[in-house]
Amino acid sequence: MEFGKDLTGLEELSKEHIIALLDVAEPFKEISERAIKKVPVLRGKTIVNLFYEPSTRTRVSFEFAEKRLSADTVNITGSSSSIVKGESLVDTARNLEAMRIDMVVMRHGSSGAAQFLAERIPSNVINAGDGQHEHPTQGLLDMLTIRDHRGTIEGLKICIVGDISHSRVARSNIWGLTKLGAEVAVCGPPTLVPHGIEELGVHVFKRVEEAIEWADVLNILRLQLERMEAGYIPSLREYNRFFGVSISRLERAPRDILILHPGPMNRGVEIDSHVADGPHSVILNQVTNGVAVRMAVLYLLAGGTPERAEAAKGEKAQ
Amino acid sequence: MSRPMLIRGGRVIDPSQGIDDHLDLLLVGGRVAGLGQGLQASDVSEVVDVAGLVVAPGLVDLHVHLREPGDEHKETIASGARAAVAGGFTSICAMPNTRPPIDDPAAVGFVRAEGERAGFARVYPVGAVSVGLKGEEMTEIGELVAAGAIAVSDDGRPVHDSGLLRRTMEYIVAFDIPYFSHSEDLGLSAQGVMNEGPVSTALGLRGIPNAAEDAAIARDVLVAELTGGQLHILHVATRGAVEIIRAAKARGVRVTAEVTPHHMALTDEAVRGYDTAAKMNPPLRSAADVSAVRDALVEGVIDCIATDHAPHHYEDKEREFDFAPFGIVGLETALGVCNREMVVSGRLDLSELIARLSCKPAEIAGLEGGSLKEGSPADVVVFDPNERWICRPEKFLSLSRNTPFAGQELVGRVVMTLVDGRPAFSSLGDREAAPAGVR
Repeated sequence: MEFGKDLTGLEELSKEHIIALLDVAEPFKEISERAIKKVPVLRGKTIVNLFYEPSTRTRVSFEFAEKRLSADTVNITGSSSSIVKGESLVDTARNLEAMRIDMVVMRHGSSGAAQFLAERIPSNVINAGDGQHEHPTQGLLDMLTIRDHRGTIEGLKICIVGDISHSRVARSNIWGLTKLGAEVAVCGPPTLVPHGIEELGVHVFKRVEEAIEWADVLNILRLQLERMEAGYIPSLREYNRFFGVSISRLERAPRDILILHPGPMNRGVEIDSHVADGPHSVILNQVTNGVAVRMAVLYLLAGGTPERAEAAKGEKAQ
Repeated sequence: MSRPMLIRGGRVIDPSQGIDDHLDLLLVGGRVAGLGQGLQASDVSEVVDVAGLVVAPGLVDLHVHLREPGDEHKETIASGARAAVAGGFTSICAMPNTRPPIDDPAAVGFVRAEGERAGFARVYPVGAVSVGLKGEEMTEIGELVAAGAIAVSDDGRPVHDSGLLRRTMEYIVAFDIPYFSHSEDLGLSAQGVMNEGPVSTALGLRGIPNAAEDAAIARDVLVAELTGGQLHILHVATRGAVEIIRAAKARGVRVTAEVTPHHMALTDEAVRGYDTAAKMNPPLRSAADVSAVRDALVEGVIDCIATDHAPHHYEDKEREFDFAPFGIVGLETALGVCNREMVVSGRLDLSELIARLSCKPAEIAGLEGGSLKEGSPADVVVFDPNERWICRPEKFLSLSRNTPFAGQELVGRVVMTLVDGRPAFSSLGDREAAPAGVR
């Protein structure tokens, strides 16, 4: 199975490619459990983590994945680079390319930025989140976590709750989960759910109680505080009351619901602490899986094959 | 003074006189001197044989951006006027959103003078509605008209203040000019970058709903009705707007409308892949909207075609979609796109297309031209309606290359454009030199 040069989104991937990525992530999980967390899979490769937007979890997760595979990494962030001097994305990329790099992991505030970059440089480009478009590795780690706890994705009812309009996580989840045979729904204030989202193959719930009644899994999105400032919702208090996932609402669910959240959480807004810290929360498992999923992506884009994954990670670092 | 010229043997299409026949056209002293069969060539210094080609009134574009003053690296008045004649346009109306904007009589005079100096298409300035295009204080509209402005507009920005709009539309009645309206409700478009719909949802790009256009057009029509001022709606792109304009016309409101070639040819699917050459305002809409604006042009609810020629430097478009500027060039592709979409496809006959590219827009802005009646200006386009050619932006005479039609096959190509009886563009020599099929 061939993986392309880049990973810009899950929309472009087939079901078979997604499953292969998840399957390759499985053996890589174990590397992070070792005392010496390093294998030589990407030895000699140069990877640039180009982060135009602030990120802690995703950037650190990528960096761990890269380092544990023995790549040489450089981090560039928006505030400490020529980006603030007004250099265009294409110029930044060409300059990095001129220093002979192998891969770029990019987080950018504009939808389509990853594809834009991928079309202009020969290095592999991995999308670490582009605007409101996609965050494919987040989608993959969500799927891996659900699969770990429920055995399969197919046939599950999964509802994404919160600000769907502005969420790249929502889009990657929708593409990935529907391809793997899940039933997907979204739920949020109508100001934050795009008109016509049903055309992507999802149900829409207006009320979070209905979503909880229906779902096997809830993926609860972070409510960006600027949405309130921009007038999409009247107040955080009201958001919590009508759209927040609380323990009392969950207790009325007809079945145990797996709780995911891509982080960082606003406790008491979209998710109550008792839910976040409760027995059905797999939020920290998502974080752990994130490293393995990113290792799998790096490995496959660097030319690794699913068949050789187990053997590759067995090699000892020199 | 141009030399007398006899254009012989072409298919003359002049919708202003209901003519579509094989006739000779005689031009003397920058005017049409005769139209008929077997005209005498004795006193004529130049005879041009155009058998197999169409001869029509020069095309008129009510809506172009020439970028001068301020952004001469994108387009100048001269380069834009030269691109115009290459596309068959003999008159173009230059929007005032330059830097600085065309909001005083001196600026209007500058645009006129530069246009005349260039000597390609006639360049008619459109004056600003408000000082600095700020939407606050009315410009000296009378002075602008006296200096040569043929309309007023804050194009690129809507006039948000309905009070200012009312006063403007009342005031222009005294000067007998139209108000060209870029109709957009900025609260509804909310910094959107493309059509709001399934494609914007999938791409994660901020959408501009149809209602942003429809709501503003509805208001503008009501103010036109209130004031009796002449309203011309720029770049209509939605099915809702078509219905609003249809209803207004039925009530007798003084409203006309234009559609661009790209809004008749492309849908928002063209944005997939984040192609900034497909980013314009109003955005490319859905297939239902494209179908509605085409039908409206056929029915006459939309009166004419205008390009909204909006040149941008390549580096400005070579950006993240969010940051790329709106707009595409259109002067050199308009005829080939419109002919392909409307005539070759059987929706309009060629004479009706020429009416919408020439006679109608001239009438709306009260311009000379758009006709081959005796005594009309000798503004003429000669084109081959059947020539198929590939759009290659690197060959444009415009300084800019931003077009979503690059690489597409267009049908119908300009062979010669005469302005004031002078050949302002001609590829006649090339045609004779080149064997058929490789042009």
